Amino acid sequence: MDWETVIGIETHAQLSTVSKIFSGASTAFGAAPNVQACAVDIALPGVLPVLNKGAVERAVRFGLAVGADIRRRSVFARKNYFYPDLPKGYQISQYELPVVQGGSLSVMLKGGEKTVRLTRAHLEEDAGKSLHEDFHGMSGIDLNRAGTPLLEIVTEPDMSSAEEAVAYAKALHALVRWIGICDGNMQEGSFRCDANVSVRRKGADVLGTRCEIKNLNSFRFLEEAINYEVRRQIELIEDGGSVVQETRLYDPDRKQTRSMRSKEDAHDYRYFPDPDLLPLAISAETIEQIRSELPELPAAKRKRYVDEYQLSAYDAGVLTSSREVADYFEDLVGALGGGYKLAASWIAGELFGALKRAGLEVSQSPLSSRQLAGLLREIQDGVISGKTAKDVFDAMWNGGGEAADIIAASGLKQISDAGELEQVIDAVLAANSKSVEEYRAGRQKAFNALVGQAMKATRGKGNPAQINEILKKKLAG
Amino acid sequence: MFNASLKQLSALLAQKKLSSTELTQSYLDRVARLNPGLNAFLSVDAERSLAQARAADERIAAGKAQPLTGIPVAHKDIFCARGWLTTCGSKMLANFVSPYDAHVVEQLNAAGAVILGKTNMDEFAMGSSSETGFRGPVRNPWDRTRVAGGSSGGSAAAVAARIAPVAIGTDTGGSIRQPAALTGICGLKPTYGVVSRYGMIAFASSLDQGGPMGKSAEDLALLLNVMAGFDARDSTSLERPAEDYARLLDAPLTGDHAKPLSGLRIGVPREYFGEGLSGDVAAAVEATLAQFEKLGATRIAISLPNSGLSVPAYYVIAPAEASSNLSRFDGVRYGYRAAEYGDLADMYRKTRAQGFGAEVKRRILIGTYVLSHGYYDAYYLKAQKIRRRIAQDFAAAYKHCDLILGPTSPSVAFGLGAKVSDPVQMYLIDIYTVAANLAGLPAMSIPCGFGEGGMPVGLQLVGDYFAEARMLQAAHQFQLATDWHLRQPAGTE
Repeated sequence: MDWETVIGIETHAQLSTVSKIFSGASTAFGAAPNVQACAVDIALPGVLPVLNKGAVERAVRFGLAVGADIRRRSVFARKNYFYPDLPKGYQISQYELPVVQGGSLSVMLKGGEKTVRLTRAHLEEDAGKSLHEDFHGMSGIDLNRAGTPLLEIVTEPDMSSAEEAVAYAKALHALVRWIGICDGNMQEGSFRCDANVSVRRKGADVLGTRCEIKNLNSFRFLEEAINYEVRRQIELIEDGGSVVQETRLYDPDRKQTRSMRSKEDAHDYRYFPDPDLLPLAISAETIEQIRSELPELPAAKRKRYVDEYQLSAYDAGVLTSSREVADYFEDLVGALGGGYKLAASWIAGELFGALKRAGLEVSQSPLSSRQLAGLLREIQDGVISGKTAKDVFDAMWNGGGEAADIIAASGLKQISDAGELEQVIDAVLAANSKSVEEYRAGRQKAFNALVGQAMKATRGKGNPAQINEILKKKLAG
Repeated sequence: MFNASLKQLSALLAQKKLSSTELTQSYLDRVARLNPGLNAFLSVDAERSLAQARAADERIAAGKAQPLTGIPVAHKDIFCARGWLTTCGSKMLANFVSPYDAHVVEQLNAAGAVILGKTNMDEFAMGSSSETGFRGPVRNPWDRTRVAGGSSGGSAAAVAARIAPVAIGTDTGGSIRQPAALTGICGLKPTYGVVSRYGMIAFASSLDQGGPMGKSAEDLALLLNVMAGFDARDSTSLERPAEDYARLLDAPLTGDHAKPLSGLRIGVPREYFGEGLSGDVAAAVEATLAQFEKLGATRIAISLPNSGLSVPAYYVIAPAEASSNLSRFDGVRYGYRAAEYGDLADMYRKTRAQGFGAEVKRRILIGTYVLSHGYYDAYYLKAQKIRRRIAQDFAAAYKHCDLILGPTSPSVAFGLGAKVSDPVQMYLIDIYTVAANLAGLPAMSIPCGFGEGGMPVGLQLVGDYFAEARMLQAAHQFQLATDWHLRQPAGTE
């Protein structure tokens, strides 16, 4: 039996404001427990929330970046439930009227591009943290995180595999960092995903019963959890059972999902508009102001790289995987005055390889875009071969310095002098009469051997294109 | 001295005929003598009060006095005041010492006023009789077997018995006006948003509003001048230019000094004089309306057709908001926690079962119910629609009149315990007061006569948005011509 998987993702992106969404306390990560919780965050009697405009501005930025509707009037509601790390006994969130509605994100897949539709994105506050260890049978509460601004981004059920879900999550992760609304730090919980997963028989027109897997804070966990969950649901149905709608947690050690609570246990959150906060009104001028300050977005850049720089869609995708990479690329080709394909292949090849081996991000690269441009210029000018350039790259990576200096100091300069090369080739032809005969007998392989000998004689510095040309001329003669 | 107005007290202080320390001490002495029979104060802290009084004296000596500098003010125990026990009348907060000042408290402190003590109230301001507080009922200074009204009953009784010159209260459905009426004093609930709610323990956020209580309209104006003002910490606080609420007091509407209220159109809603209004109150209010006409006002019959829906709508909206506002009292971070419990759910259950009184629990239950899935539209949304209609009724009425006058409460103060077992009867007491909260309009009560058992009767004035100065002017002109507000209960001399 053939099965089809349907996935929707909800992402909580922590907004990069300095203070909390409804109080002036700091949002910095890693402070001692409860030192970043003010009277509002611990919900003392009589305190009131005041909305942080920076959080709103970031939500609007996101909405504009995904082509969504920005609601001119949205409403904060209270989601009521009791938990020790929820100080007010309710979470302030947006329910019926979210600030961002609709929009979409295009995702690069191996088989091409896919558009994932967004349902909405809304502002809300994070809860605190319960600590169940080290308290001798009691629990500790850390309210530093309580009131941290979150943007919850909800998709339509548009993804049909773990691969697509991960590609979406990565694209979203890149976008929120690209537009500077979230630092994307997944270890610190700044970007976490819930996956709604269901399966159905191919061709079925109704969706299967879904399970929600909560709090996936790495792309690998997202992929593993979905794959496990899909297998679990299919096996359950094939064994004659049925999927129960529930919330599940992923256990990365066992690589399994397990039930957290069923629909029957679901809370009645008793949402209602928060009377402490006026409806959020956003003027057309504010929206236009934010729009005018948006950077060029990845999709637009990708299109420009293909249309104007004649790069492949794949290279364009790689170069726009993050704003830092795109900036590096654009700085490089700016310094080089073109050379788009050469720059793209060196960034995607040598630079990424070296960064990966060193465990660095492009922003931490020891080799600046200007330095790399210097190296590529030597290739363009025929001063060194691409092969030699790799050695120069390594030298620059390890010891720093400019390409031209390294080339001069180590005599790596390519031999492009025709007279010098002809002398070398004459000697090679004289010493390898067997290969010459074989070539004349029609064996192409023999030609390559002769090129190899010529390169060897120049200790790799001979200009390969010129050697080819001279050899062909002499052998034909 | 204990009958003196704020103006007179300020003059005595300014002329150094009296120090704030002496004034505060003499009020503290009165509290010690009279409070045991009234239960108006929950806490006094003579040392703190006298320290503030001494600072006020220095300020007066330095020539930096403001109108309220050195004046003792009684604070309803719903206002957070740094270093003061702030219980909100509940066992839940019996041990809660506030680490911060409410905006209103900050303003009063900055003006140099003295906190005389924290006054008794219905638990979390839920009640109309000041009987539901965990420290027992407030007794009415006019008859100690009767209630003082609620929920700001402690503040009202303190002013009525002259054990505080003025007091501050809060009004969610009549909690300033009704106890003012029942104890023969004045009280004003400002337009929603005029007084910051920051530091005022929330009952129903969209209805709560702090306001002044005192012997005269003039005192209310002076106190409101200090209480009002924009506060960025309350998102519903209104940012408007500062206003002198006393500016119109002595300015007659026209030049006719014999008829100072000529030109004032007073609307009298027929719905406020129907079934449920007791005869003694009706008579006193009628006589007062005649007095207003004598002072030049024109009486206009009006209708507020949705008046009958205001109590039902109020008793959906207020409990709904309260059920959520009171969730923070969970025993986790501060306040009461049950001594013994099993797991977390058991801790919540026992803490809240033991920490809250019956009326609070009733309202949490009602509020939780009306917000529940499947009931929200039928109750909460419908109540909000009614709320808009009630506001529209007032808007229509103010096309024909300047102020709306009527009774504050359907009867004079009733006996202690008479209505505690019948919540619906208790809720109906709010019939004339809740509409102003639902619409966000300013409203006040002033004494206007006496009814059954020699108990005071209150007249309610409801104004259009931001009509406080106009209302105070009308009340002040009435008080210049009458002396109901100067009557003092026997046994409080």
